[in-house]
This record gives sequence, C-alpha cells and structure tokens, in this order.
Amino acid sequence: MKPGMTRRLLACAAVVAGLVGASVAPAAAATLKMAWAQDATGLDPHKQTAFSSIRLLELVYEPLVRLNGDLKVVPALATEWTFAPDARTLTFKLDPKAKFHNGQPVTAADVKASFTRILDQATGAVARANYASIASIDTPDDHTVVFNLSQPDVPLLTAMGSVNAAILPASEIAAGKIGTAAVGSGPFKLESWEPNAREVLKANADWAGGKVGVDGIDIKVLPDENAILAALRAKQVDFALLNDPLVATLVPKVAGLTLNRKPVLSYHVLQLNPSRKPMTELAVRQAISCAIDRKDVLDTALLGEGEITGPLTMPQYRSDPKTLFCYSRDLAKARKLMADAGYANGFSATVIAATGEPPTAAAEAQVIQSQLKEIGIKLDIKLMELNVYVDTWLKGDFDMAVALNGGRADPYSMYNRYWTKAGNLQKVANYIDDTLDDLMQKGRVETDPAKRKDIFSAFDKHLAEVSPWIWLYTGYAYTAQQQNVQGFVPTPDGSLFGLSAVSLK
Amino acid sequence: MTYLLRRLITFPLVMLGVSVLVFVAIRLVPGDSITAMLGTEAGLLTPQQKQALAAYFGLDQSWLVQYGRWLLGVLSADLGLSVTYGKPVLDVILQRFPLTLELACLSMVVAIGIGLPLGVFAATRRERGSDLAVRIFAMIGQSTPSFVIGLMIIYVLSAGFGILPAMGQFIPFSEDPLGNIGQLILPALTLGLSFTASVTRISRSAMLDVLSDDYVRTARSKGATRRRVIWRHALPNALIPVVTLSGVEFGYLLGGAVLVEQIFALPGLGRMVLDAILQRDYALVQGSVLFVALNFMIVNLLVDLAYVMLDPRIRLGGRS
Repeated sequence: MKPGMTRRLLACAAVVAGLVGASVAPAAAATLKMAWAQDATGLDPHKQTAFSSIRLLELVYEPLVRLNGDLKVVPALATEWTFAPDARTLTFKLDPKAKFHNGQPVTAADVKASFTRILDQATGAVARANYASIASIDTPDDHTVVFNLSQPDVPLLTAMGSVNAAILPASEIAAGKIGTAAVGSGPFKLESWEPNAREVLKANADWAGGKVGVDGIDIKVLPDENAILAALRAKQVDFALLNDPLVATLVPKVAGLTLNRKPVLSYHVLQLNPSRKPMTELAVRQAISCAIDRKDVLDTALLGEGEITGPLTMPQYRSDPKTLFCYSRDLAKARKLMADAGYANGFSATVIAATGEPPTAAAEAQVIQSQLKEIGIKLDIKLMELNVYVDTWLKGDFDMAVALNGGRADPYSMYNRYWTKAGNLQKVANYIDDTLDDLMQKGRVETDPAKRKDIFSAFDKHLAEVSPWIWLYTGYAYTAQQQNVQGFVPTPDGSLFGLSAVSLK
Repeated sequence: MTYLLRRLITFPLVMLGVSVLVFVAIRLVPGDSITAMLGTEAGLLTPQQKQALAAYFGLDQSWLVQYGRWLLGVLSADLGLSVTYGKPVLDVILQRFPLTLELACLSMVVAIGIGLPLGVFAATRRERGSDLAVRIFAMIGQSTPSFVIGLMIIYVLSAGFGILPAMGQFIPFSEDPLGNIGQLILPALTLGLSFTASVTRISRSAMLDVLSDDYVRTARSKGATRRRVIWRHALPNALIPVVTLSGVEFGYLLGGAVLVEQIFALPGLGRMVLDAILQRDYALVQGSVLFVALNFMIVNLLVDLAYVMLDPRIRLGGRS
C-alpha cells in the first residue's frame, strides 16, 4: 500500500472514530442526558412564563406547595396548611429541614420577602395577578407564615403551587441577584446555563424532599425535533421533551424507546371577537360552534392526538363534551341560526394564526376555513410571526384567532382574566356576561369542593352555550425515554418535577 | 497602499450605515422584549409593571437616546449587554464565533477541494459523457436545499447505523481534535455540497473561456504538456471568478449558517442571531449584525487583494 493511501485511510478512520466516539461515549453513569427543542429564556422564577423556563426552574426552585399528577395540592416547602373558614386567612407550616442551595435554612422571612417581591409592581412579576388578594403577611415564628387576604380567595392555594410563587432567599433578593444566580431549594442545583445551547444540573444532596434518583441532568437544546428523535435513536439522549405530534408519534416505532402521553391543560381554541359584527350576535357565534366539526379538526391538524374539550380542561372539572352546546356538528341548525341572525348568505372575516406556535395552527385555520365555508363564512387566514401575533392578540385586533392558550389547575385562576368584569384580558375576550362573572365570584369564595364543582360545571356549560370562543381540544404533553429511565410520572401541567424521582438502570 | 487606506477609511462609514439600518429594522418589527419574554401573559401586567419592565429592557427612552447611548458604547468596544445571556454582547459573540469560523473554513475546503477539480475536469472534457455527469451533479447539488441534505444525513446515520455527530454543544479543536472534526465534518459537507456545485459550474465555464484563448493555443504549440497547460497556464486565469464567488460565500458563512446550525444543533452565530431576533434581544441583534458586517468587509478586501496576486495585470484603485 502506498504511504499516501495509508495516510488517507488513517484520516478516514479517525473521522469515523470521531463520529462513533462522539455518539456513544457515555457521560457519568447516573447523569440523565436530556434534550428539548426550546430553551429557558431566563432564571427569575417570578418573571418567567415561557413553558421551557418554567420546566427548568421547577427543578431548581420550590414553591410552598406543589401539584401532583392528579393536580392535587401536596406539600413542597410547606408541610401543612389551613384555610380559615371564611377563606380570608391562609396559614402555612414550613418544613424545618428545608435548605437553600447556599446552605441557609428556608424560613418564614424568606417566604415574606419572596411574596413582597412578587407583589411589588417594580418587579414586573406577571403572576402577581394571582396573588393580588394578599393584603399582608405575618411571620409569628421562623416556620409559620400567615397570609391575610383582602377578600376570600380559595384558588390562591392552587396558584401557590406554581414556580412563579417560588420561595427565594431573602438575602439574594436584598442583594438584587435574582435572575443572575439561581439559588433555590429544589432537587437540582443549576451548575451552568448556556442559553439556547445547554444546561447542567447537579442533584441537591441536601434536598428536604428526599434523595434524588440521578447525580444530575445534562440538558441539550436541539432546536429541530427530528434531530431529537435521531439523538434518541443513537442513544445520545436518555430523555426528551417533544412538542410536535408528527415527531412524537414516530417514537413508539423505534425499538427501545417509550413515549409518555399526558393530556394537558392548555387548549386549542377558535377565539371569536364578540365586539365585532357579526360576532356580536349570539346566533352567529352559536352557528359557528354548530358548523365546526371538532373531531375533524383534531384528526386533520393534530393527527387525532388529543381530546375534544369544553372550556374546563382540568380532569376534576372537565365535563363530557357531548353534554355541551352543539358539540356534535349540526349544519342544518347552523344555517338556521345564521338565517335567524340575518346572515343567511354568510359574511367574510379574517382569522389570525401564529406560524409554528402551535405547530398545528396553520392546519387548524385551514380546516376551520373549509368547514365554515359550508355555512357561507369566507375566512381569510392571516399567518403571523409569533411576536406579531402576540401583539395583535393583546390588542384584541382580530375578527377570529386560532390560539393555544395555557390552562391552570383551578378554573378561577384559568379564566378570571377573560370572563370576569375586572379580568386583565377582558379586552382580548371582548365579552361581558353577568352569569359568567357571578359564577366566577361564587367559585372564588366557595371552600366546599363538591359545591365548587357544581358552580364551575354551570360555568362550563354556559360558556360553551354563549360561544364567545369555540373550544376545540386539548393535546398531549410528550416525553420520550430510553428503557433505562425509570420512575418518571408525567403531569397535566407538563411539569418535569417528576425527574427528581427518576433513576437510571 | 493608497487603495488599502481608502478602503479602510470607508469601513467606519459603512458600519455607521449598518448600525442605523439594524437599529431601526429590529424596532420596526411589532412586539418587543416584554412580549417576547412573556407572550400573551404580557396582557396581565399592570401599567406600573409594564413601566418597570420597559425600564429594565431600556425601552423607556426615545429611539434617538437609545441609539446614541448604544453608539457611544460601540465606540468604546462595548456592544451592550444581552438580556437573554446576561453577559456583554461581545463575549457572547466571541464565544459563538470559533464554531462558525471553523464550519465556514471546512465548508470552503469541501467546496473548493471538490468543486474546482470537478469544474476543471468537466471543462477539459467538454460535451462528453463525463462533462454531462458533472453538470448534472452540479445542478442537483445547487437545487437541493441544505436542510434536505442535512436531514437525510442525520436520518441515514441514526436510523441505519445508530450513530450521530455530537450535537448541542461545541467541542473545540484544542480540547478534542477528533471529537471536533467528528462533530463538524457532516455539517461542513452539508453546507459545502451546494457551494461545491456553484464552484464546479463557475470554474468549468471560466476554464472553457480561458482554454479557447490564444495564449493557451500558443503554449500547446510550443509543446507544453496537457497537464502543464491546464494547471500552470489556464487555471490561474480562470480562478478570478472562483475567488469572487468564494469570497462572497465565505462572507455569508461567517454570518452563520442558520439552517445547518439548527438541524445539527450547533451553537453558532446564525442560531444565536435567529434566537436573538425571536427574543427581541436588541443589543445582541445589533452587535452581532455589526460584527458580521465587519467580517464581510474584511473578506471582501482580502478578495480584492487576492486578484492582484492572481493576475499581475490588475492594479487596484483604478491605475494601471
């Protein structure tokens, strides 16, 4: 063999070895290798609302309580809590074992400092609206916190289960370090964060919640979900978060991979603007509801990967869609309603949708366009970049909007922004209804779970009937994992907190 | 020398123009850092909260004040602070640049290493079967989008062989040479392949032009070997358009190859700029566009200087 040829062969072998080596070289045995397509956008738990930010931060920070797989309130930093019978005082007992990552104990003073920061308008904490009923906070001892409320607020407890209400060290708040360093009390410590590329988490050996199952988590940002699937196939990744149903449904076809599906709280909806003619007419809105075949939209746009839903999406409040107004397509009824409203010949309107958010938005708009054509409604689809869409949406500057809106574990927290008279997003909903407002206020003060269920069941039914929006379906939260990953429990709010219990076989 | 000085003097003027354009363009797009961070939840903010966040993101000042402040910073090499990374913009750019530079260089090696010999080969076999084959290859290469090639490579490797280049984080050559090449060779091939096609086409047509020139015929009649005629006499003169094309392409590549970086999850400049635009990280967008513009100008200057080396008849600056 010629020397030149030998060199070339060696060079080729080196490159192949590089590729293979790069793909199979294992990290530390008990480090979970994880991938997702979208990275967190910041480290301040009080300010972040992006799905990926919340997912990262809930591994690092802890609120007073947490929501489990059934969305029931369970202990986190607080071991017990009591609501006064009039729902105007909420008292928490803190876990005396709880410590921050810097070694300081978690005390009532930290809780008070954290909520004072959230409520301070200068912080710019979006979740402040959920805690606005807190009038004052008492700290009778280091492990007791009493929230005095300006009005009865039963949903407050569930709202406190969010990482947006995370407890931060008072010393870090005073030093103005929140958002630059991540000092929480959660199961993992954030060792490094390179935005849009990678984050490294190490298990917190002093976590009061128990022993963490892995030594750490190494998260890579792989922006193309096809690449995530390829990385799973090549065993470069143990666990991945997936968003696109087209990719997720391919996972079970790969030997050795498991797909976890969990119905989520967020809902796909066609928002009508009832302040614009002819959507001002109840009959027109109802006609649209009757003309839409939700199952067809679901099957076409989302490959059937979801469940038809009414306004309330949380398992304990969700009603049987068949009992809601016009959830079975009825074109004859739709045409009659249009004629009754004086629109027998239909009308033209514009529907806005964001490109890629959700990935199914354009497809949903197209199916709805073809369905509404059958009752004479000509829809013009306007696709927008996400930021442009958000800007337009917030101004309420649309006839109709295809949207994927976030859900909450409590119906009041989920919808008071839209369907109460004082709701912050009233100008997006553009619809005021005394019955809805009344039912929401009743739900806010009622402490008896059975009575709350009745109240919100009536709310659900009425909202579907007056049809300011047309609720379509909820999708699934997808995670994919290798066989060696054990013990992950998915939740309807998409939380990855279950990773604290995961172990690698 | 005068030419070089004149070109260097125009640099700050071009940069000033670029800075105004990028500053205005990113602000004309609807939405701002607040809606980019909070999405539709931004609607829940009270007016006081909005004001506080606007002050945090530096949006509470007029455009003129914002631009003036930023420009003053730029003059002292301070491109501002990235709100996404919480670091100085220049640090973020310099952290991402080595990957982009290496990927651009490797792609150029692939493109010129394959494209130039192929173009010369096709030109010397004009209208024969082998020429046709090269032209078909060039046409396919040029018309296939890089993301299709990239996704196909990833699919074949992962589904067929269960291997993949390391994705997600950059492995510097100085730390792990083998890992570095293993990580970048496929993205470089993907990126280089469509450029190979352009180089092949342009070098073929330039060679055809040159091969019909009188001096080539003279060289042949004086008994020069075929190889000597092609490589010594014809090729240097056919290189001018290839150098022009390569310079422009290399300048683009230094701005980052968004699609290839996205598919292979490489944290390069392209993805960084895309994310910065989506997150309305104004300082980062402005700083990185300035950086890319500067690179582009430097590469163009080098290309101009290369012309003189390739063809002594060319005198820069209009004098001969």
